[in-house]
Amino acid sequence: MNATIERPTYFINAMKEGLHAAMAEDERVVVIGEDVDRSVIGATRGLSADFGRDRVRNTPISEATFVGACVGAAAVGLRPVVDLMVGSFFYVAMDQLADQAAKLRYMSGGQVDLPIVYFAATGPSGSGAAQHSENLHPMLMNVAGLKIVMPSTPYDAKGLMLSAIRDPNPVVYLQDFVLGGTKGNVPEAPYAIPLGVGDIKKHGTDVTVVAIGATVPKALKVARALEKDGISVEVLDPRTLVPLDKGLILESVGRTGRLVVVDSARLTCSAASEITAMVVENGFDTLKAAPQRVAWEDVPVPFSPPLEKRVLVQEPDILNAILKTLS
Amino acid sequence: MTTQPVQVENQTGPDAAKTAMLRTMIRIRRFEEKLAWLFKRGQLPGFVHLYLGEEAVAVGVCAALRPDDRITSTHRGHGHLIAKGASIDKMMAELYGRVDGYCRGKGGSMHIVSFELGIMGTNGIVGGGIPIGTGSAWGDKQLGRDSVTVVFFGDGASNQGVFFESMNLAAIWNLPVVFVCENNGYTEWTPTHELTAGRIVDRGTPMGIPGEQVDGNDVEAMRDATARAVARARAGGGPTLIEARTYRWHGHNEGEEAFAGDYRPQSEQDEWRGRDPIAAYGRTLVEEGVLSQADWDAIDAEESAGVEAAVEFAAASPFPDPEEALQDLFAATPKGSMR
Repeated sequence: MNATIERPTYFINAMKEGLHAAMAEDERVVVIGEDVDRSVIGATRGLSADFGRDRVRNTPISEATFVGACVGAAAVGLRPVVDLMVGSFFYVAMDQLADQAAKLRYMSGGQVDLPIVYFAATGPSGSGAAQHSENLHPMLMNVAGLKIVMPSTPYDAKGLMLSAIRDPNPVVYLQDFVLGGTKGNVPEAPYAIPLGVGDIKKHGTDVTVVAIGATVPKALKVARALEKDGISVEVLDPRTLVPLDKGLILESVGRTGRLVVVDSARLTCSAASEITAMVVENGFDTLKAAPQRVAWEDVPVPFSPPLEKRVLVQEPDILNAILKTLS
Repeated sequence: MTTQPVQVENQTGPDAAKTAMLRTMIRIRRFEEKLAWLFKRGQLPGFVHLYLGEEAVAVGVCAALRPDDRITSTHRGHGHLIAKGASIDKMMAELYGRVDGYCRGKGGSMHIVSFELGIMGTNGIVGGGIPIGTGSAWGDKQLGRDSVTVVFFGDGASNQGVFFESMNLAAIWNLPVVFVCENNGYTEWTPTHELTAGRIVDRGTPMGIPGEQVDGNDVEAMRDATARAVARARAGGGPTLIEARTYRWHGHNEGEEAFAGDYRPQSEQDEWRGRDPIAAYGRTLVEEGVLSQADWDAIDAEESAGVEAAVEFAAASPFPDPEEALQDLFAATPKGSMR
């Protein structure tokens, strides 16, 4: 963490700063996607002015083809960064993502590196409804061959973007929709945060809350409220789900003896499920209570605000899960 | 390769190139026949889709390419690989699942890759290679090279969305790509005309992509059509669609007789076997005086021996250490790319 810098920056602009730094240091880095010059979400807005339309290319609405084209382009030496715009749109390109990009290196016996970043604004954004609210990180964790980045702060967003682009493998970078407009201090100079290294966002001694993406600020809010009641909550952000910083999670649970995992995804086969199983298998002896998972109900995300609220993770859900491990 | 090139007296330039095309078609033929034989005897893990009867397409197309040009291939890809210069020793070892295969046994028939030869991979998903080849053409262009990518695909893949999407992307970005559709008449086990509206060759027309329908059993016609398309692509003229009309002699996959039944009239099969691209081209070269019947026979004998040697090479190669299954998922450090 770099808490001393006073440079409040929007999350979405921190991503752009990471992208900008990567494009400036390596001319093989190109950005493509739908309307990336204007950039409806914002992470690529203005890049074409600095790097030209040749390196910032608008694509047709052909997700399968431009996701797959990056596999061929990366194989011959380009370093494509793809803006999928909305996380749900990965579904349109699933063969090219899961069967081609993720597998080509492995299938070829390691003959080629595929430095590609696929990023999107993802997860619920407030009545985005079922087809614009998906979070695919759980199923993509199961693909094998994709690294998965899901930052929760502007500082992490910038440093992880640079690392994702420098990485010689396909990386899925998921920007939680609701975090785009959050602010945090971000140094101006480029810096990289290694993939696979989690971060403890708040130290505590009684219970470990592993939170992912947009659930991190929620968990922090609950943790601070509980402090007044004398309950010391540690909030751990894995920052990347593949690779997963298992060591940090086990170390934290080893100290607190209690685990809650909060995930912005449907419960079944969620990242929360995987992390919980990993801790139970490897740290069972350190647990003082049954771990708790906090995730969405197993339904599509509905449109109407009260319905949506019923399905998604709310702060009281996190609070109750924490209290359950302490009861 | 373990075989020596046959000596045909006084051959230079065009004659040598013609002889080389005949030789490569024969190599594919004997390789695929051997696979059919091995499959029937349970010697091959998995399953194979053979290229028998379609040899002139791959050989004609690849004869118009430079070593630094690239191809993406299909589930029926052995012919493409051999035509692009792949070693049949390493191919056979891959088909045997052995450590000396192109992918150290991780890929098999449908995932053979040799990036150093410009072979971006056969593909187990129908149409799966079309965006990838479009992308390699984009990458080469963006990086200032004049390499061209040939995207091989079948008539079945012409009904995949990515075919239309990729033609569109190649057209608007003016990419150096040649789409080569091998129309062998059958989409798996259904006649293609029952599943496909209009002519495949016309599918690029609305996007301004020139199309050419070619006799896929005529190796020189395939070479010449490809040469025109490649020259246009290299000169910045953008993509071309070639539809090669041909026929597969064997089934969609080996072993299909267990379930597929008769779905192709015998008369149709006989007619196409009568248009054997290798026999026709060999006769032509003998008539032209490019080589003698004895030369032709010698080439065939050499290639047959080469395939036997490839089987020996594969059978002698060990299986990979099982722990290799856990390697190659991610690159640990930047290694550089294909070149």
